[in-house]
Amino acid sequence: MPLPRTRGTALRQRLAELRGPEVPAKALDARALAALAANPGCKRRAILDGAGVNKTALASALGAPSAFGQSQFALTRGNAFEAKVKADGGAELLRLVHERLDRGAEPPAEAEVPDLTAIGPEGRTARTALALREATAGAWTLLDHPMLALDVAGSPAFLEPDAVVVHPDGSWTVVEIKSFPLLDGSADPSKVGAAARQAAVYVLALEEVAARLDPAPKVRHRVLLVCPKDFSNLPAASAVDIRKQRAVTARQLARLTRIEDIADTLPEGTCFAPDLPAAELTAAVESVPATYAPECLSACELAFHCRDRSRAEGAVTSLGRSVRAELGGLTTVEDVLAAARGETGDPDDPAVAALRRAAELRSEALGARPEVLRRRPETPEGPAEALGVSACR
Amino acid sequence: MTTQVFDPGAAAGEATEAILRDTLHGAHRGVVVDSPPGAGKSTLVVRAALELADAGRPLMVVAQTNAQVDDLVLRLAEKNPELPVGRLHSSDADPYDKALDRLPQVRKSAKAGDLTGLPVVISTAAKWGHVKVDEPWAHAIVDEAYQMRSDSLLAVAGLFERALFVGDPGQLDPFAIVGSEQWAGLSYDPSASAVTTLLAHNPELPQHRLPVSWRLPASAAPLVSDAFYPYTPFRSGTDHDDRRLAFAVPSDGSGPDKVIDAAAESGWGLLELPARHTPRTDPEAVRAVAAVVRRLLDRGGAATSERSPDPTPLTADRIAVGTAHRDQAAAVRAALADLGVADVTVDTANRLQGREYDVTVVLHPLSGRPDATAFHLETGRLCVLASRHRHACIVVCRAGVSDLLDDYPSTEPVQLGTLVKFPDGWEANHAVLARLGEHRVAWRP
Amino acid sequence: MSLITTLARLEAVSTGRAQPAATVRHRHLSDHPLVLVPLTTAGEAGAPLGALVGTDRDAPQLLVVPQPRDRDLRFAFLSELADIVLPYVDGYAESVEAAERNETDPETGKRVKVEVELCADAPQLIVPSRAGVDFLRLLGRSMRFRRTAEQDPETPYPAPPRVPLLGRWLTHFGERARMPGSSLLPAMTDLLARHWSTGQSTLEDQHLGALLAWIDPPEGRSGAEAALEAELARDEQGQLRHPPAGPATDPAFDNKLLAPAFERYDRARTALHAAEDGLEADDRLGALTAAEEEIRGLVLSRTRPTWDAVWHGIDLLRALPEGAHVEERWTRDRWSFTGHRDRVTAGEPPQPRRDDAVTAANKLASREREQARLEAQEALDDPLVMAGRRLAGEAFAGEVTDVVMTYSEGKRPSPRPLVTVRTEDRPHLGERAKVYRSLGGKPQSAEFVGYEDSAEGSPEGGALIVLKILDKMGRGKEPEAGSVPEKGDRVCFTLFEHEQRGGAKLPEPEDTPWTHGGPPGEAVQETADPVTPEDVL
Repeated sequence: MPLPRTRGTALRQRLAELRGPEVPAKALDARALAALAANPGCKRRAILDGAGVNKTALASALGAPSAFGQSQFALTRGNAFEAKVKADGGAELLRLVHERLDRGAEPPAEAEVPDLTAIGPEGRTARTALALREATAGAWTLLDHPMLALDVAGSPAFLEPDAVVVHPDGSWTVVEIKSFPLLDGSADPSKVGAAARQAAVYVLALEEVAARLDPAPKVRHRVLLVCPKDFSNLPAASAVDIRKQRAVTARQLARLTRIEDIADTLPEGTCFAPDLPAAELTAAVESVPATYAPECLSACELAFHCRDRSRAEGAVTSLGRSVRAELGGLTTVEDVLAAARGETGDPDDPAVAALRRAAELRSEALGARPEVLRRRPETPEGPAEALGVSACR
Repeated sequence: MTTQVFDPGAAAGEATEAILRDTLHGAHRGVVVDSPPGAGKSTLVVRAALELADAGRPLMVVAQTNAQVDDLVLRLAEKNPELPVGRLHSSDADPYDKALDRLPQVRKSAKAGDLTGLPVVISTAAKWGHVKVDEPWAHAIVDEAYQMRSDSLLAVAGLFERALFVGDPGQLDPFAIVGSEQWAGLSYDPSASAVTTLLAHNPELPQHRLPVSWRLPASAAPLVSDAFYPYTPFRSGTDHDDRRLAFAVPSDGSGPDKVIDAAAESGWGLLELPARHTPRTDPEAVRAVAAVVRRLLDRGGAATSERSPDPTPLTADRIAVGTAHRDQAAAVRAALADLGVADVTVDTANRLQGREYDVTVVLHPLSGRPDATAFHLETGRLCVLASRHRHACIVVCRAGVSDLLDDYPSTEPVQLGTLVKFPDGWEANHAVLARLGEHRVAWRP
Repeated sequence: MSLITTLARLEAVSTGRAQPAATVRHRHLSDHPLVLVPLTTAGEAGAPLGALVGTDRDAPQLLVVPQPRDRDLRFAFLSELADIVLPYVDGYAESVEAAERNETDPETGKRVKVEVELCADAPQLIVPSRAGVDFLRLLGRSMRFRRTAEQDPETPYPAPPRVPLLGRWLTHFGERARMPGSSLLPAMTDLLARHWSTGQSTLEDQHLGALLAWIDPPEGRSGAEAALEAELARDEQGQLRHPPAGPATDPAFDNKLLAPAFERYDRARTALHAAEDGLEADDRLGALTAAEEEIRGLVLSRTRPTWDAVWHGIDLLRALPEGAHVEERWTRDRWSFTGHRDRVTAGEPPQPRRDDAVTAANKLASREREQARLEAQEALDDPLVMAGRRLAGEAFAGEVTDVVMTYSEGKRPSPRPLVTVRTEDRPHLGERAKVYRSLGGKPQSAEFVGYEDSAEGSPEGGALIVLKILDKMGRGKEPEAGSVPEKGDRVCFTLFEHEQRGGAKLPEPEDTPWTHGGPPGEAVQETADPVTPEDVL
């Protein structure tokens, strides 16, 4: 049972209630934070992520399990590649950082690789901060899987970049190691984009660490992306400018504070604990509006649930965000079709007028009478010329 | 430290002298000049052309559209009616402005061979792309080089030995109608801008910038400079007191009149309609744009500027309406016709590039949209719309654009090896909106 | 998305069935296509797992790599693939017809016509999805720089003889697939999505099973239900009932079925190598064969449904009549095929890793030209496409209400008839805009003169548009019969041109100007990708 809510409860406590008693918060990782920018208008996603709800478990409990999974082949290969890149004290990795980002510096003949092990994420974060502070001036330092903390809507999120390199000039570089190939110098742009957004989160977290030091070291806004070269598993690297992604993520993180406002609109006792009965859970989820779009399918665990609801409501955006562009205030499939058929809508509204014109032109081209629109027009079998209107020739 | 008074004329003059020095006497094959809106690019091109011609260097000039070519020919003729100029044109019907026929020193032909030996020959990049010569021109001026595609420079670069490239990096980028991702990141990506390719291969070329906008008033230059040229700032050539917009007829208290007064006072005005999702040709917004234009004309506007001591009447030809889409422009034209307004330019950002008015009225590209798209967020589009005016810019927009921007999914793919273009449209839009918000008139028509 | 397409999608939602997006077929379909359903191994670029391939829908050939990380097995797969694909491709190389081509005479520099061969038909490879096209391109890239033992006896891991050649062909097909309107290597999802609008998003249309479910749902079920089932339904073991079209496999398949099968295969192979005597080896060979059979069965179970789906799609497309300009575009594909055949025959090296500046610019220009051509031709061939252009203000159709004869000024006056067209359409006509109509397959141009009686937008009668016909009326003072529309004729004019002009002449690569880095220099023999020991088990 959710705890009774008292006025003035701190946001953290409110979010814990939403998550359900004894349900631990799902730690937000950089990938999840980067995904915030995928659909920043979605209140449902904002509150669920903000409250640390395990969306995978929630989706299963709602009967619309997410379809994200990773092949063990990819995992094995990815791990093997990362190990290879970092082998030998990170010699190859540092060589790439030097070559791609800091040619003016002394080549990294040898580097310090501080031990970052500690107990718990807080301990590891402290250890990382210490290692960064104590990095020797004038030398190269490689931090292998450091831990960084970033304040997300009042709670710390712990982030683990693949590596952070301290340059001899004291500046810091985020390194992302990915297993998609760099083929003849180029890589899948959507994957590079995702890596850049993820790296931007690390940069923001590093900047918080840097801000506590005096003088504050520079966190470089060009990160190093390391990928397998062509068809081999030799490392190749490319510098990626993440200033844009950093700006966007910073703004989205700042906006996450609005989850307090969202939480305030929820009915008393709302809870997203996956062990609640499905009907109750559905009602809880439905009490926060979502802005589903097909792109969610590849970015959010709850997407299939939201798609079902969006389709059931007849929302035109279930067909894609762009569909709405020319429909003005019309938002459902039936409203649009009724307007197109001339049954509803103000003919002076240009959206309605354009729809009617489109419907007329379409049925004229299909050689059908307008009322056929209401039923299923058969696929025309005859050649174009037989279809009532002559094509231009 | 001494406080230096910024003398725009001196700063601009110095920049021009340096450009001409590099162009005429420099050691490099190319010189690149960035020119922000209204910074005297045409003046520079004409002056460089005349000096090159004076120095006896055979010159070809490459512009991007026929209108630009004709405009240059006319400007050259105005500055030096003696100079023989060749106008190379296409073999289509009406290939050039008839005004050229009145200039005896201008020879026109569709064949480059007919124009050999003339000190200056001017044509479009498209036409130059079909020209073959044995002996290249000693010099070229490439105008609007940032709007020229790399592949079109490839087609003409063999025609000249050296060149001066002039353009505005903040305006709309060239585009391709098919995907060109496979060449992204290559230094010679054919869909990139000509300047991008040129500098990738010749990073040592001298790069200049014209530091003063003579068009944009002091109220507009800082915003446009910060929002669209963060790394290459420029100043206004005039001060706040140098320009004045006044209206004989007092405000009737309506939204359009209030926003006109706000814009006359501050240089910017935002007429904000209630939030609503609308199709592109939002009738209310279109009518609001037309109403503002009608009132601008009816209220007997007069513009005072550094150009003359006496106020100039704000006539229809000194006003323009800018939109993002052609159908919006068509709808505004129809609405203006309904109000009996003629002779006011109404066009899309693409077609307003390079033009100048006293007052512009802009239908915000994101007004009433259910979602933002890359097209509507393109920095260059907003930059063009926000930088055509000498006195004031009035934006008509539905409320809610700020939220729309915040809800914009940013999952853009990233091509390795390409230069990140700055600023991005999302940030620039926020910057412009924030400024417009200070001069907001909410209106329910 | 145009409003007409949006409407079609919404109707599909409402009716539960995909709606026509075209009234004719806009892409060439071979009578004898080669269908290729490839699968890849997760986590590694260009590591094939298997494929179902062939030209006979009832007898596909199954190719499997029982251990994708073993280079020898991968080469064996590619070699088998070459043995199927190359004879199919070669089958089109022999039969030729005489044709003419414009070439620049190296001596005079003039354009002259030369007699050349043009292959009478060309091969067509059909893959299930766009990702399949990308995968073939990747395979092509991975193979074309390989060296065979014959080419280079020193090469450490020589490729089987025909593998580099297959790489060159797949590269060519993959590159041609980027040409708008080309049909040498189409993806079935693209073909179907071009001709039908479903009640789901374009993103979801990438799923071949779901797309087909909308277009041709099983009896008694709606497209929406069938599509959902095709996308998500899993069996009691958690496996998708309708495997994805690939080349990527479902992670649940990899983890639960494939990984254990690979393990058994590896174990059997290790055991075989460790066999002490012939008898033991025989036994263990049997075990290895069984393990291999198991993997073959798994690959077949994941490719066969897709194979059938592709042929189902072909059936649906064949039922549509072919658009009038499809054959002309296919002829361009034949030119492309013939050109590559000639380059291979002439012993030219494989396509370089990256285009040089001139090649890239030429490709972009020709693709833009083809895109414009495709858009014009599809509109001319298909009233439904033209309807979209009319709605967008890029064309207008209507009835001729008046024809007035006028003549051009000058010594020899030519006919310049003024034709008035009444239309409900709202074209974006600028001052003196040029418009075109198709007259006997050739474009006739006219100039916009004005609106009559300022009837623009009047609700009852539409607009009256006055045009001046400019050409295609013969040389005489009077226009040739049938060359001028008559009162009462239905006409359709477009604001876009029907034929594309040639672009700028680009320099030869060796004349690349200084702005673009200068000449690229001598072509270097592209080296094969370095081989790393990790590729091999």
